[in-house]
Amino acid sequence: MAVYQVGFQGDESFMSIDRMSAPELLGLNRFNVDEEEPHIIIDKEICRRCAEKPCLYVCPAVLYKLDKNGEMSFDYAGCLECGTCRVMCKNKGIIKWAYPRGTFGVSFRWG
Amino acid sequence: MTRRRVGLFLTEEEKFDVIIVGAGPAGSACAYILAREGKSVLVIERGDTPGAKNVTGGRLYTYALELLDQGLHEEAALERKVIREQIMMLSGDRAITIDYHDPSFNEEGRPPMSYTILRGVFDEWLAGKAEEMGAMVACGIRVDELIERDGRIVGVVAGEDEMYADVVIAADGVNSFMAQRAGLIEDIKAETVAVGIKEVIELPAKTIEERFNLREGQGAARLILGCTEGIHGGGFLYTNKDSISLGCVFMPEEAGQKKKSVHEIFQDVKMHPSIYPLIEGGETIEYGAHLVSEAGFRGIPKKLFREGFLMVGDAAGFVINTGYSIRGIDLAIVSGIAAARAVIGAEGTAAAGPLYMEELKKIKLLPTMQAQDGFSDILETAWLYDKVPDLAADVFENLFTVTGEVPGSVKKDVMRLIRSNDLSAWQFIKLGFKGMRAL
Repeated sequence: MAVYQVGFQGDESFMSIDRMSAPELLGLNRFNVDEEEPHIIIDKEICRRCAEKPCLYVCPAVLYKLDKNGEMSFDYAGCLECGTCRVMCKNKGIIKWAYPRGTFGVSFRWG
Repeated sequence: MTRRRVGLFLTEEEKFDVIIVGAGPAGSACAYILAREGKSVLVIERGDTPGAKNVTGGRLYTYALELLDQGLHEEAALERKVIREQIMMLSGDRAITIDYHDPSFNEEGRPPMSYTILRGVFDEWLAGKAEEMGAMVACGIRVDELIERDGRIVGVVAGEDEMYADVVIAADGVNSFMAQRAGLIEDIKAETVAVGIKEVIELPAKTIEERFNLREGQGAARLILGCTEGIHGGGFLYTNKDSISLGCVFMPEEAGQKKKSVHEIFQDVKMHPSIYPLIEGGETIEYGAHLVSEAGFRGIPKKLFREGFLMVGDAAGFVINTGYSIRGIDLAIVSGIAAARAVIGAEGTAAAGPLYMEELKKIKLLPTMQAQDGFSDILETAWLYDKVPDLAADVFENLFTVTGEVPGSVKKDVMRLIRSNDLSAWQFIKLGFKGMRAL
């Protein structure tokens, strides 16, 4: 599905609203990714044994995913730093959750 | 404005009167008063700029700014003054909208009741005001640890730097690492928080005003029930100057149990036939998310201070959700003021904590939260989030349907619809009693 439908209203061209995937939405934000130090680290072995896997549903950025082999994959780069995964991870598969180091992470312009 | 990023190499002798962790509304309001009264204040903010890590629905109730300084709202970085309070209920493709307009909320000669705001804009402005008063705001620095001496908090560690103060104030938000480090809160329990997600959708001011029946500078605030697939929570829509903040709030616990993606549900809300026309032609310019405390008065930590340490704003759990209004930013500012008054009034660091609790009562924050504590009981009611909007839409459908057939008795029809929604009149009576007892 197209992200934007370019249409015409009178003479002006305008962008229209449509469903957007999480990566498309995250693409709108400003991020300064800390390549040296991930602020969230998961232990895939613990995640494998976790039956509920609430992180798949509650992360607004949809950063927790199952790969082809059913293994948990996580990318901290698009993190909105809300902390929902931290409070929802009961089986402690998240072995580190900190805010990114100063100046790193998301920078909301509007918030 | 001078915003120092690094290089605060201070010895214990060169300490500040107060270090505030977090340049949100609570931290900046606190810094504003303290600096104005001549205290040396350092505010440490992990974002590049104040507000860069913050997300609101959102709106600000103006009384809090007035309490900070009279007339402050006139120059504040606000979006639109709210003249329309709206409640919307969705059921499938159907929608009911209630629109309350009360000119007395916005009479000439006194501050409007509330304004819509964007935190990236507002927080930077408020931190700037604190700087004008003489506070130092250092951005792009994450505080890692507290420094403790003989059971007293005496400073903070950020990377290689140590900074000292008589009092450290935790204004670091809902995930308060500072309060955890101080041993005043435990891990956050999932059932006490909700996750809010929102898109900021750019639209010309004129379009917003036409669609929401507003004049220049006027705004609408809307809460939406029945858009969360039965999960505790709801939607919100606030009109900003040149954008609309549209979002949803969910109890993550329930989303996880029901295995429903909060992102997907929110995208559905955006495309709802009664929401879409409001944002059509707009362009999403930002996607944000944040946790919000849902526990109300009962969720406030047992202790909000230690010697040399106070908690304010979201870090202290100061949020009120009544279902029809949500307050947090005003309470943050008010608690920041209370903390500043306590620090100024206290003789010695040991006195500041108990005095802060007194100030929180005097400034009416704790009594207000206590008075509205019962709403938590009502909002626990699971059927509020799907069956009530479904039933309401069924009743409206019944009322507005004209076919030429002989209409049935409205009373009988309503009873039938209550039953067909798996509800009983008894449940409403029980909720009514619960409500009366709670409130």
